[in-house]
Amino acid sequence: MSAVMITRKVRKWEKLPGKNTFCCDGRVMMARQKGVFYLTLFLIIGTCSLFFAFECPYLAVHLSPAIPVFAAVLFLFVMAMLLRTSFSDPGVLPRALPEEATFIEMEIEAANGNVPAGQRPPPRIRNVQINNQIVKLKYCYTCKIFRPPRASHCSICDNCVDRFDHHCPWVGNCVGKRNYRYFYLFTLSLSLLTIYIFTFDIVHVAMRSVDSGFLNTLKETPGTVLEVLVCFFTLWSVVGLTGFHTYLISLNQTTNEDIKGSWSGKNRVQNPYSHKNIIKNCCEVLCGPTYPSVLDRRGLMQEDSSVSTCADPTSSSTSTSSSSSGGNNTVSQTTHAILCLQKPTAPLIPNEHTPDDAKPSIAASAEKSSSPKEEHPPATKVPPLASPETDAETSIAKDKTH
Amino acid sequence: MAETHSLQDMRQQAAIAAKVFIQRDYTNGTICQFQTKFPSELETRIDKQQFEETVRTLNNLYAEAEKLGSQSYIEGCLACLTAYTVFLCMETHYEKVLKKIAKYIQEQNDKIYAPRGLLLTDPIERGLRVAVEFDRQITVQSF
Repeated sequence: MSAVMITRKVRKWEKLPGKNTFCCDGRVMMARQKGVFYLTLFLIIGTCSLFFAFECPYLAVHLSPAIPVFAAVLFLFVMAMLLRTSFSDPGVLPRALPEEATFIEMEIEAANGNVPAGQRPPPRIRNVQINNQIVKLKYCYTCKIFRPPRASHCSICDNCVDRFDHHCPWVGNCVGKRNYRYFYLFTLSLSLLTIYIFTFDIVHVAMRSVDSGFLNTLKETPGTVLEVLVCFFTLWSVVGLTGFHTYLISLNQTTNEDIKGSWSGKNRVQNPYSHKNIIKNCCEVLCGPTYPSVLDRRGLMQEDSSVSTCADPTSSSTSTSSSSSGGNNTVSQTTHAILCLQKPTAPLIPNEHTPDDAKPSIAASAEKSSSPKEEHPPATKVPPLASPETDAETSIAKDKTH
Repeated sequence: MAETHSLQDMRQQAAIAAKVFIQRDYTNGTICQFQTKFPSELETRIDKQQFEETVRTLNNLYAEAEKLGSQSYIEGCLACLTAYTVFLCMETHYEKVLKKIAKYIQEQNDKIYAPRGLLLTDPIERGLRVAVEFDRQITVQSF
């Protein structure tokens, strides 16, 4: 029985942790629950279709053809902003690779000193000074990083998001640094569209009632009633939301910070990110640089999977002979096979594979296969990695007892 | 038994010491800056001035990418007016600077770091969280 390594190329999005769904081969990134997003789409498209079908013919003729044209432009803008918000990466921070996580663990151990067994270790916080204010950076147990300032972990998507605002089910995605301005423009343009449709519905009913009477108008254009209802209820929520976010933008705050009251109250730190100037704050949030995605979704990586096959000397010999430079490759294949037999579930560390660092990473993964490695849920406040120090300490303790 | 333990320890140390992480510097807010503090592990490997020069240049490049100036405002407004479809054909300013940064890091690696057996990785590969210098010479032979 021999283990055959099958290496295939996969896109990185297939191996990303977190609870996102990806479409179009990694180009589209959304949350898992999309039901409310479909409802949003249905409401917007449905209401606008009714408007174009029932009101626009009358208004184009009796008032101006510019009315449906402007409505169409506004509708297209709303859809573009909605899709942009929903489909883009909100600013997800990739999780720490094992070496980085271990390095951070070591730094934390060094900072906290020895904690007696049984006592809860102190919370993992790093203080940084930003614009003469002390800001606390928290450690994320899931992503194994110290969260940058303004980042927060979204439990629905299971990702740390930079400048996390909130998770919006209506757009089916988190709202963070990269898509906040699209979200804001979506709510703003949707408010305008709602007000526009509502106004022209009233105008249309008023104008037609003069000719045909109120009840006849409603019979001729039944869609109007539905539109007015939808617009009336949408108006309050969306316009309110737009107003709220305008307020947040002028102060350069996020919804998350506002809800937690991070910068409010006398004894608390003042917002260190605000420019103290409303125009500058607005410009930064809305017209600032467009940040690139740091989550590589469409990059290619090797996925090594082992397949145990029946002993077939002919096939294995042909595979080794078909490899380019006989000596090196048989050695590497053997080492791969050895790794595979030791720990078949651990893939080799992705996206660091240059020929030069294959050896240290193989050593690191071999080392990890020997030391116990458990997966801890984020609820427990114990160091998730079995750190080499604890292993060393237990073995030293064992030595001493001998 | 003590010997195998220390060998394991050394291996672990070597595997970790092979990478030096240069952390982000948040003193100026959330803009992307890296700490210019010279890590002690590199004391024997590289000149302090060289290292600080590299990190300072990187910081300047990132500051240029994130600068709030007339260019970014014009780009933002133009993009907004076209419902951001303009980015289907045009590269954003940030992406252009990222390419410059990648080229600069490649250059620094070829000229300065590779001859000393070090390698600087592009921070974008780590989510702009850390820049990693790693030591290619420390390899572990037996396991």
